[in-house]
Amino acid sequence: MLMKAEPAMIEPAPVERPTPDADTVLYANRIEKTYPNGTRALDEMSLRVQRGDFISLLGPSGCGKSTLLKMYAGLEAPSHGHLRWAGADAPGKSGLKTAMVFQEATLMPWADVATNVRLPLDLAGVPKAESEPRVQRALEQVGLGKFGKSYPRELSGGMQMRVSIARALATEPDVLLMDEPFGALDEFTRNKLDADLRGLWAQKQGKLTVVFVTHSIHEAVFLSSRVIMMAARPGRIVADLPIDEPVRDEEFRLSARCADHCRDLSIRLLAASGGQLEHD
Amino acid sequence: MTPILKRPGAMKIVAPIACGIFMFLAWEILCRVTKVPIYLVPKPSDIITTLWTDGPGLLRALGVTLKITFLAFFVAVVVGVTAAFLFVQSKLIEASLFPYAILLQVTPVVAIAPLIIIWFKDPTVALVICATLVALFPIISNTVLGLRSVNPGLLNLFRLNGATRWQTLVRLRIPSALPYFFGGLRISSGLALIGAVVAEFVAGTGGTGAGLAYEILQAGFQINIPRLFAALVLISLTGIMLFLLMAWLAKLSLSHWHESELA
Ligand SMILES: Nc1ncnc2c1ncn2[C@@H]1O[C@H](COP(=O)(O)OP(=O)(O)OP(=O)(O)O)[C@@H](O)[C@H]1O
Ligand SMILES: [Mg+2]
Repeated sequence: MLMKAEPAMIEPAPVERPTPDADTVLYANRIEKTYPNGTRALDEMSLRVQRGDFISLLGPSGCGKSTLLKMYAGLEAPSHGHLRWAGADAPGKSGLKTAMVFQEATLMPWADVATNVRLPLDLAGVPKAESEPRVQRALEQVGLGKFGKSYPRELSGGMQMRVSIARALATEPDVLLMDEPFGALDEFTRNKLDADLRGLWAQKQGKLTVVFVTHSIHEAVFLSSRVIMMAARPGRIVADLPIDEPVRDEEFRLSARCADHCRDLSIRLLAASGGQLEHD
Repeated sequence: MTPILKRPGAMKIVAPIACGIFMFLAWEILCRVTKVPIYLVPKPSDIITTLWTDGPGLLRALGVTLKITFLAFFVAVVVGVTAAFLFVQSKLIEASLFPYAILLQVTPVVAIAPLIIIWFKDPTVALVICATLVALFPIISNTVLGLRSVNPGLLNLFRLNGATRWQTLVRLRIPSALPYFFGGLRISSGLALIGAVVAEFVAGTGGTGAGLAYEILQAGFQINIPRLFAALVLISLTGIMLFLLMAWLAKLSLSHWHESELA
């Protein structure tokens, strides 16, 4: 690997063995991903996600963030190495509820908002008497309590995105995987939703694990307890940095400390991409 | 007052009717001016008179044609949807059977109608089979396309939430397929009518079970051209009605969400 001189960059991952550590929620051991068409999306990497982490995967377009997240969701299998979900070999067997928020809202256009949010509960066979209050609560959490009867096409892009977040929240997940959920939103809405998300995570007091994919350095710094920095061609992890800031509020967002973190990350990101952003 | 054509919805009704009236008027005037004999081109007024005087006979024939059309359409929908579901369940089934569905589609019904009429003694059964063969393919191909045209993100969502095959079918694939299915219905309903008429032409069955095609054949033999036109008008009107009925059904079931039916 290239950046040997950088002290804070992680060394080529030591060979890890799966351990029955109850607090390791997601455990990637020397996984690689090559798509059937030959695209090498992820080079060998290892990563351990602890219960209660708020992790951001940060990196330029095409560095394999979505690929890694899909593997975490069990939607893609690594081509080498292995993944463990709380020790189990499939997310469904881990006893942990996993929910994912996709890059697009991904709503069923023929169903109203409440039905969309209720979908995962319906699929799991939760009776309506129980699911309906949960749906309502989730909608209120994202500020859409009055929109249960609306159809997705009647909502703005930001509202649709919030519906898809409510759908994930309604399942009361232990692991929340989010793929650039706010990427398409304006900055105001995005800041607001970032703050809400962070508040929600803090409320769960270490029970909720979030893996959050973003392009935005600022968003990663504001949200996460740990930033995993990735680089492209081939996709790989280049740094694993904790953000030790207990309070994340508007004041922190505008503070010099936040700006310092961002600057630090930008410099590392540039260094990792060989001084230039992605080009083909 | 807003001009009639500017009113919402009016254009779709008023414009084609105005256009039709204009054409019929032009036809009527041309016929009167050039004095074309009635056994070559009858005037619209002759056709209307015939529709009135020969009404009972023509309507009975229309009833027969309609019966065959609807039976064939119904069978085509049932068989077509079943086939589509089978095709989507397994690539092997689709690979083995789809070429034969195409074979049915490309074989002209006039070519196989005589065989079918020989095989099935009952003329109604034979005609329904012929018309079904004509109407079947759009239902199969559209429904297959629809069942496959599922948003991959939604498919991932269902997978992630451990949806069974059945749940995915009922809650995702079928609703996604509906707009395509209704597109197929629209094409197929017209084809069922065409199939019913063409098959009857080939069969040439007369008597009490005679449909509009037989009326046209007879009118042709007797050089009763106004009656021929009258039968033709009934067939066209039936086709338009079928189309409108399908459009209305589609609107009824899709209007709350699908782009094609919004305002
Ligand atoms: N289904 C697929 N088949 C083949 N190649 C793929 C597939 N999905 C992704 N890739 C490739 O894998 C690489 C990583 O893609 P991925 O979507 O994980 O990137 P990303 O980091 O999420 O990018 P972005 O920030 O633009 O969403 C890219 O080069 C992409 O072209
Ligand atoms: Mg992505």
